[in-house]
Amino acid sequence: MTEKILEFPEPALGSEPMLLNLGPQHPATHGVLRLICELDGETVLKVTPDIGFLHSSFEKLGEYRTWNQIVPLTDRMDYLAPLMYNCVYVMAVEKLMGLEVTERCKVVRILCMEMDRIFSHLLWLGTTAIDVGAFTPFLYAFQERERIYDLHESYTGARITTSATRIGGMMADFPDGWTDSLRDFVNTLPKTLDEIESLLTTNAIHLGRTLDIGVISGEDALNYGFTGPNLRASGVDYDLRKDNPYYDYETYDFDVPIGENGDCYDRYLVRMEEMRQSLRILEQALERLPDGPINVADPRVSLPSKTDCMNDMESMIHHFKLITEGIMVPAGDCYFAIEGSKGELGMYVVSDGGDKPVRWRIRPPSFVNLSVIAKLAEGHLVSDLIMINASLDIVLGEIDR
Amino acid sequence: MVDESGSAFDAVEQGPQASEGDAGTPRGDEGDPSVHPSVTALQDRFGETVLHHEVQAGDQHVVFVDAARNREILEWLRDDPEQRYDLLVDVTAVDYGGGKPIQVVYQLWSVGHKRALRVKCEVPLDGLSINSVVQLWNAANWLEREVYDLFGVEFVDHPDLRRILMPQNYAEGHPLRKDFPLRGRFSRAEQTRRALSQDYRDDYTTESLEVGGTPGLAPPEPDGLTEEAEDTP
Repeated sequence: MTEKILEFPEPALGSEPMLLNLGPQHPATHGVLRLICELDGETVLKVTPDIGFLHSSFEKLGEYRTWNQIVPLTDRMDYLAPLMYNCVYVMAVEKLMGLEVTERCKVVRILCMEMDRIFSHLLWLGTTAIDVGAFTPFLYAFQERERIYDLHESYTGARITTSATRIGGMMADFPDGWTDSLRDFVNTLPKTLDEIESLLTTNAIHLGRTLDIGVISGEDALNYGFTGPNLRASGVDYDLRKDNPYYDYETYDFDVPIGENGDCYDRYLVRMEEMRQSLRILEQALERLPDGPINVADPRVSLPSKTDCMNDMESMIHHFKLITEGIMVPAGDCYFAIEGSKGELGMYVVSDGGDKPVRWRIRPPSFVNLSVIAKLAEGHLVSDLIMINASLDIVLGEIDR
Repeated sequence: MVDESGSAFDAVEQGPQASEGDAGTPRGDEGDPSVHPSVTALQDRFGETVLHHEVQAGDQHVVFVDAARNREILEWLRDDPEQRYDLLVDVTAVDYGGGKPIQVVYQLWSVGHKRALRVKCEVPLDGLSINSVVQLWNAANWLEREVYDLFGVEFVDHPDLRRILMPQNYAEGHPLRKDFPLRGRFSRAEQTRRALSQDYRDDYTTESLEVGGTPGLAPPEPDGLTEEAEDTP
């Protein structure tokens, strides 16, 4: 009986692939990203990302600015973790100069970087939850992000464009009571994370939308240049804080979460655990924050005190030369990378010995991660494409630079 | 801030000092900082093709290799069990200006050996072409497109060598070259006119344009209808 029904021939309907243009102005693309999708019904045959809408050529602009003037350009790239970009840029220049910053400065920068790792992961968490239809985690995550905005503001005066670092130190020390506010944040965030996890981790809808979606093996992930949480979700244990530690990260007690399947769900789990580990680092860094100067006393980069300038001719000349000529960086090139919130975040600086860089290059983690989307989304549904895009945690300001 | 004003002034007067390399942590092998196992192995294996070796910023090893054999050398670095540079961190280029050759820079990292290496190839301005390494690392796909877009270096055998950050119809050249003026080559009026006259189809690949017919035209007839139409006289 049933066999006879199946014998009906398929109607001769047209079934050409369809071209769907997603973005650049679309909330689910997490920025000004355009995805040109070839669809067969609802199945994605091919995705061609089109980027460059936010291109401002920061690297070219940097060649026309003195070394310290580049700092404001860096936080405009990844406005979701601005302090991280501020830090890695000056760390690269300091490395090229052979300049060792003070112990206090190291811990201050670690506090800044780990705080912004949470800052960036929280935004990813909220927006990704929205993409799978969960609105509540978005509100919870943004409420916590608001507290980091406040911490940014009370330290640097700006909520997003922080520009807090200078070559050889920071623009200022923490204001009074700032570390207490941060400690308060560190103590209360786990409760919110628990609440969000209870909403998502075993949620049937969330599991259905993320399990086995956008799977990539560890070997492929490395070959495609994945770094950061995306790579670790595929089971590759590569974290620069452990493998090539800077600023004494090897002396901090924290774990690096590793995924197994390399799907959207593992990328979610890895980021959730990373936030908890960042909180552990923050706690330890707050404990050990040493007293002392925050800026190095190196005449190549630091200004003499105002009293010296008023009383002493040499200091006056020193001050004048540093202000008018800027910092001179010895000739050579240097690549310095940190474990950014989105992957390996590197800065490559080339100097000819002058007051401006010959070349200043950002190794953009999101840019390389996004290039894999064509491979990940192939054969999935359009709605999965949205989830895969969200799970990569991209920021278009840094992709387009 | 300064310990002694006299010495401070001296240091400024002396100008920039060479890096001592005590800052940061080593991104390379332990032991003698001037020796890198991969560099020695490279020199043994490829001899004259390894043109030059230098240490930058204290402990970062840079190898200049013959641009014509870049893919062969990088493939060996990726596959040799003693090297295993399985992560291509970055591909970029440096233009020093003044007619000097453009340097193509490969930044490599070996996850297993926890070792970094920077490989550089120099390509002359009158023959800006180098072998693509997309066949070795897929990560090179967009990175090489970016170098092509911003420096004009052609990557031979690249599967999809198009502009990536600048518009496809950008006609002012390659922005990160030193001979490119900061504000571009065209007048502001001309730049605005070109931006407004951009065709949204420029960024579609040729293949995708054939999918579902040319955008803006009437959709093609479905299969069934076309067949019927042919049958009826």
